[in-house]
Amino acid sequence: MNIFVCVKQVPDSETQIKVKPDGSGIEEGNIKWIMNPYDEYGVEEALRIKEKKGGEVTVISVGPARVMETIRTALAMGADKGIQISDPAFDGADAYAIASALAAAIKAQPFDLVLCGQRAIDDDAGQVGSILAELLGIPQLTVVTKVDVEDKTVKAIRPIEGAQLLIEATLPCLITAQKGLNEPRYASLPGIMKAKKKPVDMKDAAALGVKPEAKARIIRLTPPPARAPGKIISGDDPAQKAAQMARLLREEAKVI
Amino acid sequence: MAKGVWIVAEQRDKALRKISFELASVARRLADELGEEVGAILLGAGVEGLAPELAKYGVDRVYLGEDPALAVYTTDGYAQAVAKIVKEKDPAILLLGSSAEGKDLSSRLAGRLATGLATDSVDVKIVSGRLIATRPLYAGKSFGEIEIVTNPQIASLRPNVFPVVENPKAGAVERFDPGLAGTTLATKVLEVQKDTTGRPDLTEANVIVSGGRGMKAPEGYQILEELADVLGATVGASRAAVDAGWRPQKDQVGQTGKVVSPNLYVACGISGAIQHLAGMSSSKYICAINKDAEAPIFAKADYGIVDDLFKVVPELTKECKKLLS
Ligand SMILES: Cc1cc2nc3c(=O)[nH]c(=O)nc-3n(C[C@H](O)[C@H](O)[C@H](O)COP(=O)(O)OP(=O)(O)OC[C@H]3O[C@@H](n4cnc5c(N)ncnc54)[C@H](O)[C@@H]3O)c2cc1C
Ligand SMILES: Nc1ncnc2c1ncn2[C@@H]1O[C@H](COP(=O)(O)O)[C@@H](O)[C@H]1O
Repeated sequence: MNIFVCVKQVPDSETQIKVKPDGSGIEEGNIKWIMNPYDEYGVEEALRIKEKKGGEVTVISVGPARVMETIRTALAMGADKGIQISDPAFDGADAYAIASALAAAIKAQPFDLVLCGQRAIDDDAGQVGSILAELLGIPQLTVVTKVDVEDKTVKAIRPIEGAQLLIEATLPCLITAQKGLNEPRYASLPGIMKAKKKPVDMKDAAALGVKPEAKARIIRLTPPPARAPGKIISGDDPAQKAAQMARLLREEAKVI
Repeated sequence: MAKGVWIVAEQRDKALRKISFELASVARRLADELGEEVGAILLGAGVEGLAPELAKYGVDRVYLGEDPALAVYTTDGYAQAVAKIVKEKDPAILLLGSSAEGKDLSSRLAGRLATGLATDSVDVKIVSGRLIATRPLYAGKSFGEIEIVTNPQIASLRPNVFPVVENPKAGAVERFDPGLAGTTLATKVLEVQKDTTGRPDLTEANVIVSGGRGMKAPEGYQILEELADVLGATVGASRAAVDAGWRPQKDQVGQTGKVVSPNLYVACGISGAIQHLAGMSSSKYICAINKDAEAPIFAKADYGIVDDLFKVVPELTKECKKLLS
C-alpha cells in the first residue's frame, strides 16, 4: 500500500497571534511551529495501516525551509520518506494552489491512500483535502473518526449533526482525519536518530510543473471584534446570584 | 457574465435544515444589493414539495435535481449535480452551509469548478460588485476579509450566525437532469446511526450548557442535564472533560471540537483556554460559572458568577424553571 500523508506546519495553538499593522498578515517573529494537530492523526493512521497491510508511508509538506522540521517529526514517528515542496511562489498561496502542488507530487508515483488533516489550525479552512481529492480524481471521506482499509475499499465513520455515518469508498481514496481517529504516538529517540537518514525529496514549482494562480485572496486581517465588557454578579449567596443571572437572561438578554 | 446569487439548500430525510433558510435569507440580501436573482439548488429524491419553503425566505428560482442516487448525501453524487447546473447557468455567487455536508461539498466544488472558497464565514457583503467574506482565522485570534477572485465566488456560512428573514418570492421550480443515470458512485452510505439524546446537535442548538474539568466526574453532568432540560438546551464539554472520558467526542466544543454559535452558551467549570474560546466565542450571549475569579472565561462572559458551580447550577435550574413556567 502506497500511503501519502500531507502535513502542514502551523503556529502552536498557544501562540499569540499579532496582526501586522497594515493588516497584510501576521507577525512571524515569535511563533513556535508545530505539525498541524489533525495531521498528527493522519500520520498515526498511516503508520497503523502500514503496520497491518505493509507498504510505504510518504509525508509531504508545502512551505518554506522550516517545514523540514515537521517532515522530520513525521519520519521520526515512523514514516518512510518525505517530499518537501518549497518555492517562494507558494508564499501565501491559497488552498487550490497548495492542493495543485500536492497533487502534482503525489501523481508522480502510484498511490492507494492519501491522508490529510480535516483542517489546518492556522487558516481553519478545511479545503486542501477535498481539492486534492478532486485533482487526483479519487473519492474522499472527510472528517472521519474511524478507518478500516480493506482490499479494494475503505470504510470510515463520519460524525455529522445528530448522527454517525458508516461510509464506504473505493480505493484509491483520500481521507481527512478528525480528533478521535487515534492517539498519535510520540517519536522515540531511536526514531529521531533514524529519521535523520531517511530520504527527503526537494521539489519546487517548476519541477512539479505547477504555476499557482490565486483564486482567493486575503484582503486584510484584523484582530477579533471586541466583546462588550460583561457583568460579574456579586453577592455571597449562590441562590441569589443564580436568581439574578436567570433574570438577566430572561429580561435583559431575552435568550431564555 | 456570471449572474445571480445561489445557494445549495440542505435537506435530510426530505426536510429542509435550518441552515437552508439562513442561506436563503443572506442570498436575498446580497441579490437585492446586486439587483440579481436568488437561485437555490435543491437535490434529493421526491423533494419537490420543499420548494415553497425556500420561496418563503426569498428564493426566486429553485433548480431541482432529482435522482434516487441523491436521496442521501454523497460527495460525488452532489458535487456532480451541483457542478453540472452551475456550469450551465453560471451564477456569480454560490453559498453553502459550513455544516458537515456543506463543508464537504463546498471544498470539493472549489476543486471541481477551479474557484476560490471562503470557509466558515461569519459575515458577507458586496463591495464593488464582488463578494467579500469575513471569517475567523487562527482559531478566532484574527479575522480575515477574503475576496474570491474567480467565479463562482463560493462561501460557506457558519450555522446559527445569520438571521432567518421571511421575504416571500415566486420560487419557480426549474427541473434539471443531475446527469447521474448509469454512473456508479464511488462512495456509499452503508449505515446511519442517529444520536439518541433527543437534543439538537451542538452546532444547531439555541442554548448550550457546557461543562469542563470543574464538573469533577461524569456524574457531575447530571446537574447540567437538568438545566438543559429546563432550557431546551444541548450539553457540551471542554476537551479536558472529553479526554477524561466523561463525555463523548461529539460533545467537545473548541478548536479540535465543534464550532458553535448559540444564542446562549453557559460555561460551567471551564477555564476558557484559547482553544475552547475558538469554538464558542461567536455565541451571542455567554455566561460563566467558575470559582476562580481570574479564569479567562470571564473576559468573554456577558454574565459571570464567581462561586462553586455545584451550588449555583441547581439554583439556576430552579430559577429558570420558575421564570419559564
Ligand atoms: C492543539 C490543542 C487543541 C485543543 N482543543 C481544544 C478544544 O477543542 N476544546 C477545549 O475545550 N480545549 C481544547 N484544548 C485544551 C485546552 O488548552 C484546555 O486544556 C482545556 O480547554 C481545559 O479544559 P477545562 O476548562 O475544562 O479545564 P481547566 O482548564 O482545568 O479548568 C477547569 C475550571 O473549572 C473551575 N472549577 C473547578 N471546580 C469548580 C467548582 N466546583 N465550581 C466552579 N468552578 C470550578 C476551575 O476554576 C477552572 O477554571 C486544546 C489544546 C491543544 C494544545
Ligand atoms: N502547505 C501544506 N502542506 C502540506 N499539506 C497541507 C498544506 N496545507 C494544507 N495541507 C493539508 O490539508 C489539510 C487541510 O488544510 P486546510 O485546507 O488549509 O485547512 C491539512 O490538515 C493538511 O493535511
